[in-house]
Amino acid sequence: MVMANPANFVVEDSPGAGRIVRLSGSFVIASISDVDGQLRDVTGPVSQIDLSAVDQMDTVGAWLVHRTAKFYAADITGCAKDAGRLIDAVSGVDAAEAVPRPHVSSLNRFLAEVGGGVVVGITTLLQFLGFVGQVVKAFFILMMNPGRFRWHAVVQHFDMVGVRALGIVGLMSFLIGIVIAQQGAVQLRQFGAEIFTINLIGRLTLRELGILMTAIMVAGRSGSAFAAQIGTMKITEEIDAMRTIGVVPAEALVVPRVIAAVIMMPLLGIYASLMSIIGGGILCWIVLDIPPATFVQRLREVTPLTDFWVGMIKAPIFGAIIAMAGCFQGMQVTGNAEQVGLKTTAAVVQAIFLVIVLDAFFAVFFSEIGWG
Amino acid sequence: MDQPNIISVTGLCNSFGDQVIHQDLNIEVRRGEILGVVGGSGTGKSVLMRSIIGLQEPVAGQIRVFDQGMVGKEEDEATDVRRRWGVLFQGGALFSTLTVAENIQVPLREFYPEFSKDLLDEIARYKIFLSGLPPEAAHKYPSELSGGMRKRASLARALAMDPELLFLDEPTSGLDPIGAANFDNLTRDLKETLGLTVFLITHDLDTLYAICDRVAVLADQKVIAIGAIEELLAIDHPWINAYFSGPRGRAARRGHSDQNDKVRSEMQQRGRS
Repeated sequence: MVMANPANFVVEDSPGAGRIVRLSGSFVIASISDVDGQLRDVTGPVSQIDLSAVDQMDTVGAWLVHRTAKFYAADITGCAKDAGRLIDAVSGVDAAEAVPRPHVSSLNRFLAEVGGGVVVGITTLLQFLGFVGQVVKAFFILMMNPGRFRWHAVVQHFDMVGVRALGIVGLMSFLIGIVIAQQGAVQLRQFGAEIFTINLIGRLTLRELGILMTAIMVAGRSGSAFAAQIGTMKITEEIDAMRTIGVVPAEALVVPRVIAAVIMMPLLGIYASLMSIIGGGILCWIVLDIPPATFVQRLREVTPLTDFWVGMIKAPIFGAIIAMAGCFQGMQVTGNAEQVGLKTTAAVVQAIFLVIVLDAFFAVFFSEIGWG
Repeated sequence: MDQPNIISVTGLCNSFGDQVIHQDLNIEVRRGEILGVVGGSGTGKSVLMRSIIGLQEPVAGQIRVFDQGMVGKEEDEATDVRRRWGVLFQGGALFSTLTVAENIQVPLREFYPEFSKDLLDEIARYKIFLSGLPPEAAHKYPSELSGGMRKRASLARALAMDPELLFLDEPTSGLDPIGAANFDNLTRDLKETLGLTVFLITHDLDTLYAICDRVAVLADQKVIAIGAIEELLAIDHPWINAYFSGPRGRAARRGHSDQNDKVRSEMQQRGRS
């Protein structure tokens, strides 16, 4: 393309015939921006638009000419053959009136959003209950027909949920142990009660933090992965394909993931608690001069076995919730790729929220039954 | 205006690992023609297109578009070439979070941020008309459109910048025969009205017969033949024979010549009356 001349026009008053707008230069997309506004500002009446000095035109230029001509009901003169074809091509759009964007007032929109949110909340809750029912049913059907059980998938998810999480969960727990011990030591030293740092480490990690932090990490690592995997399969119609073949998605996709999470969560929980205790022990040794042997002995004295059981009872339940939330949100994906991201986020948020709510419930429950 | 070839590719080599896709491939696209590119699955038609538009870095070779070398250019380079072409991807590749009108305005806003809102809306409106969509499609999201409408919306976006060169990757795949024929007519009309040059990848023999000026055949890692369909029919190559003289090829040719006969007889009648 040769360098475009700037588009320009002059308005001539001709006696009797009304005004003539004479266009000149290149009426192409690259040079049209200023002329667009100026042409809108021309005051009528205009009887003629003259194109004889126009050297180049594309559809945007043709549109400007056509729009101006139509607005003033003016004639187009001096039009080259190519330009005429372009103007004809764009003029067809007049047959169809512009469709305004659907507009809603802000109050209506607010009410609609609130109402929509309530409806979505209730239906999601019901669907989640239905989903849990489906999974339980699928689980029992698989118990009856163990031949249909997908061991391979379960083992694969053991690896994804458990083995591959060891590094990050271990590091995180180790650091949390250090933090608890350090904070405990600083505060308790004020009463000369540094030795109780060991109580703090042992009881807190086994009862609460070991499991809770592991659950949050598993939700972030595996719950999100479940949602994204299943959501993508939903978009690529793999899940529909399964259904038509006669494979129940709940059996093939959800049950193995739930089982993997239920079994891996307690194992990761024990591991995380141990790593926290090691971290805390090392800090006690360095900062408080408590040797490891004393640390372990004291730990055994002050930490009741029930603390361990409290953690181990919670862990599989948290695992089930995380896996179910991930798979459920994955199944909720419809339409486009953006949904996968939204549902993955929803899966993680929902899983962590439910885990923390349940954890609070368990804390009260266990202290009521005397395991405090 | 000067050089006759809008695209010229010389000595192109592409490979993924050990798998060689193109070996010393040459192809030229002339100004104002519709060039059809055919070839079996896996012969690298899409890879060729992706190489030309700079999405695939070739191992070796020269690619010139509008007389500018394109090899090794980043996304933000060669923008003066990029604003002169439009690409229709196989799946449409519309931005799923934007409406059709907003999709069309994306390239406009990118290159001409000074355009007023009114002008952008008007442009979107007539592009939608040109691509054969109903006006109410403007405010719909891609997920609300049917496959054929999505292709048209995607064509409208490809045409947004008034390109001189249009790349179409299997535009009629997934359309019903009527929709495909309409799309072919639309492509030809647009080419004639807007003076486009079209690089068209297709499997659709009807499309080849109906609108292509020349056809390039990809096989054995290069362009084994290029020319009008009549010229290709004369070439003795097993793939070309199988492609054009197989049952579908024959049917397409018959359909095309029937149509020509009809046009001819109509013209004769008109001449008589």
